Amino acid sequence: MTAVNSKPTSLTLTDATWVRATLVGITVLTVGLFLVLPLATVLLEAFAKGWATYFDSLMQPDALAAMRLTLLVAAITVPLTTVFGVSAAWAIARFDFRGKNILLTFIDLPFSVSPVIAGLIYVLIFGAQGWLGPWLAQHDIKVIFAVPGIVLATLFVTFPFVARELIPLMQEIGHEEEEAALSLGASGWQTFFKVTLPNVKWGLLYGVLLCNARAMGEFGAVSVVSGHIRGLTNTLPLHIEVSYNEYDFVGAFASASLLAGLAVLTLLLKTFLEWKLKQDVKASRQAAIE
Amino acid sequence: MSQSHIMPGFRPTLSITLVYLVLIVLIPLSAMVLKTLQLSLEEFWTILVHKRVLASFWLSFSAAALAASIATLLGSIIAWCLVRYSFPGKQLCDALIDLPFALPTAVAGIVMATIYEPKGWIGEWVMAAMGVQIAYKPLGIVFALIFIGLPFVIRTIEPVLQEFDSAMEEAAASLGANRWQAFVKVILPNIFPAALTGFALAFARGIGEYGSVIFIAGNMPYISEIVPLLIITKLEQYDYAGATAIGLIMLVLSFVLLLIINSLQWWLRKRNGQL
Amino acid sequence: MGINLHNISKQFGQFIALDAINLAIPEGELVALLGPSGCGKTTLLRIIAGLEHADQGEVFLKGENVTHQSIKNRQIGFVFQHYALFRHMTVFDNIAFGLRVKPKKLRPTPAQLREKVHSLLQLVQLDWLHDRFPDQLSGGQRQRIALARALAVEPSVLLLDEPFGALDASVRKDLRLWLRHLHHELNVTSIFVTHDQEEAMEVASQIVVLNHGKIEQKGTPSEIYDHPQTDFVSRFIGQTNVFSLQDNESNWLDATGITFEGAKGIVAHVRPHHIMVEKRDDAAHTDIFLKDWQHLGATIRLELNRQLPNGKASTIYAEMPSEKFRELALTKGDRVALHITHAHWFN
Repeated sequence: MTAVNSKPTSLTLTDATWVRATLVGITVLTVGLFLVLPLATVLLEAFAKGWATYFDSLMQPDALAAMRLTLLVAAITVPLTTVFGVSAAWAIARFDFRGKNILLTFIDLPFSVSPVIAGLIYVLIFGAQGWLGPWLAQHDIKVIFAVPGIVLATLFVTFPFVARELIPLMQEIGHEEEEAALSLGASGWQTFFKVTLPNVKWGLLYGVLLCNARAMGEFGAVSVVSGHIRGLTNTLPLHIEVSYNEYDFVGAFASASLLAGLAVLTLLLKTFLEWKLKQDVKASRQAAIE
Repeated sequence: MSQSHIMPGFRPTLSITLVYLVLIVLIPLSAMVLKTLQLSLEEFWTILVHKRVLASFWLSFSAAALAASIATLLGSIIAWCLVRYSFPGKQLCDALIDLPFALPTAVAGIVMATIYEPKGWIGEWVMAAMGVQIAYKPLGIVFALIFIGLPFVIRTIEPVLQEFDSAMEEAAASLGANRWQAFVKVILPNIFPAALTGFALAFARGIGEYGSVIFIAGNMPYISEIVPLLIITKLEQYDYAGATAIGLIMLVLSFVLLLIINSLQWWLRKRNGQL
Repeated sequence: MGINLHNISKQFGQFIALDAINLAIPEGELVALLGPSGCGKTTLLRIIAGLEHADQGEVFLKGENVTHQSIKNRQIGFVFQHYALFRHMTVFDNIAFGLRVKPKKLRPTPAQLREKVHSLLQLVQLDWLHDRFPDQLSGGQRQRIALARALAVEPSVLLLDEPFGALDASVRKDLRLWLRHLHHELNVTSIFVTHDQEEAMEVASQIVVLNHGKIEQKGTPSEIYDHPQTDFVSRFIGQTNVFSLQDNESNWLDATGITFEGAKGIVAHVRPHHIMVEKRDDAAHTDIFLKDWQHLGATIRLELNRQLPNGKASTIYAEMPSEKFRELALTKGDRVALHITHAHWFN
């Protein structure tokens, strides 16, 4: 595969000025309208009534509870998804087995299932009329309209994030270095921690980051299983919905500004990590060529 | 690439993967299938052909298709500009493209509603200039879905354009083609599979999208009620059978779309000589 | 005995990579596994290393059956084709890796470790590179670091997969000799895989020629070259002219004085330097012409055309020292006669 320089230098590749101007105009307009304007709106609306109101609405007990719950859910789901993602990547990128392609398709599945369905399936199992509903009621265990349900729904929607990032990366890097470590007497764990992990760390971090953004921001799936109990089962996105529907716009946008800040931070880190990742892959390609 | 046969850890990692997959994804999804199987075919049919259900399916599909088409057109132009041109603010544009991936849908939802409502920044202007209301109408849904779909299209087309061998364009020019002919006959056929994949991804996401849509949609039954919202409404009315039946149709559709997308991506890789 | 292989077989799907290989390699040899690509040589090396499992058969290292032992316990040093240096570690850390992952009891102290690594760096003459990263090294340097890393664990067997395959021609020449000398110094049983017969002849003390998953011949470079036992070995090692008695060539071949000594078949393989050429302007006696020639340094290769009865021409290659060629004073188109001094006969 030849990497082609993306900067056209040839005369024949240069488009007429009016073409360039039109296309760049459309690009800037679209990006401005669909991406910059929403970000600006979040801030303007959040601070519409000044700093004091902004901080007041963030310090509301309900808002604080929502933040705590959001952090808790992320703290549970992100490590689980990471362990799963690393395991899946190791099994899939390092071994050949029957049904590998089907497994890959199943791992992708949560990406294409509507978040509402992600919530619905857990209601069908754990809800009052669900399979385990009567048993759970008997033992006084609450899953739906409680934190466990929120965690489960979040696990479902974040399921592919880490695995999907690691699998292609590990396939690209190859397994020669790992074999070298094993031939030098390293154990499986030593090989993983000393050789594999340093090689994929940026990709892994990138996957974890996206997973975290989704875990903290998930709305549809969580909305189905949460029951919207104020101060108890409202995550930050649900708190935004409740505040907005009650015409507490400053409150809604203040909370939204936190999540938007998280999104911008994710994008910044992502840009940085992608740059790092390119260096890693380039180095491995270079090593393979020379 | 040949696979190694002495690498340790196959059994434990595959076990973790399968157990987690079965617990988190497969059992819950099969619960829905089994729940639907408890319905008779007639009951199932009655639920689906209800006017309100049909209207919401029609709305979800048409809005997602229209939004994905527009996103494909705009996304292609943006990808082209990002790869081929340099212009002030390009880096910022490039970094912002992924915003819809990272921004929680609820935030996107309230923001879009605020901008496009009749008194909002753009909504007011469009209302005055063209007499068209965006928010709380099906049109609002299309706008929200364009926002959601854009990065899928751009990030699918961008790498293909980057890998595209410009020598082919030069060859076309040397053979007497003008710029437009070179674009239509050489560039377009090469990026078409990617554009189609991007469209399919945006479309699939659009059908299931909930958070960013419900704030701007208006949610009027028969008019601006999308399928995911209808499922939630049925659930809130304790109509589990209804919710499940509609959910199953959605699930089957996403399965089919996933298969189509995977085949498209396979085709794309094959065309790029990566297989 | 250094390495013993019993009846090793390996299949990938329908493809038979190795077919019942039996091989004994004495302690201290430097052996080349030579063969065309797809002959199974790399697979065999990986099976000896424990990077691959054989479907059948057993591997003995120093008399111990290691067939079911993992690579970690086999005490082998493996140099990978693309070196597989750890990108995120310095040269020093790469070489120290094998020592640092040893169980606590066997792990050397930091001082011992430093001494060991530096002595290895001196051995490969790259001590001044100890704090570089692999990306900053040239191909030849990476190769030597990979070797030092493999030697750090004091392996009983050293295995090298196409050790010179990824290097420039000029670097390759130097490293071949260097490896041979290093082997003399260390005297550790070593096997390297190559598809380059010249490289095998130059470096190895023993050559094992593989084809289609089977051993064609095993022996010293001179045995392999001077006494090829199969048609394949004769064609694969060095250049060979092939004449068949079947094509009504017996009359012509008789005239060259060819000997049928030890003939196993009716096809003669003749090395270019076993063909003597003389000028003969006699149309009745010979129908061979000089078409062209090339300088190969001290020798000259002659490209000769022989008219066949059916009107076509076949090409014969002969080699002679350049002084001899000057004496003959041949020009293009000259008619020549041949005398064949030695031939190998195969079926």
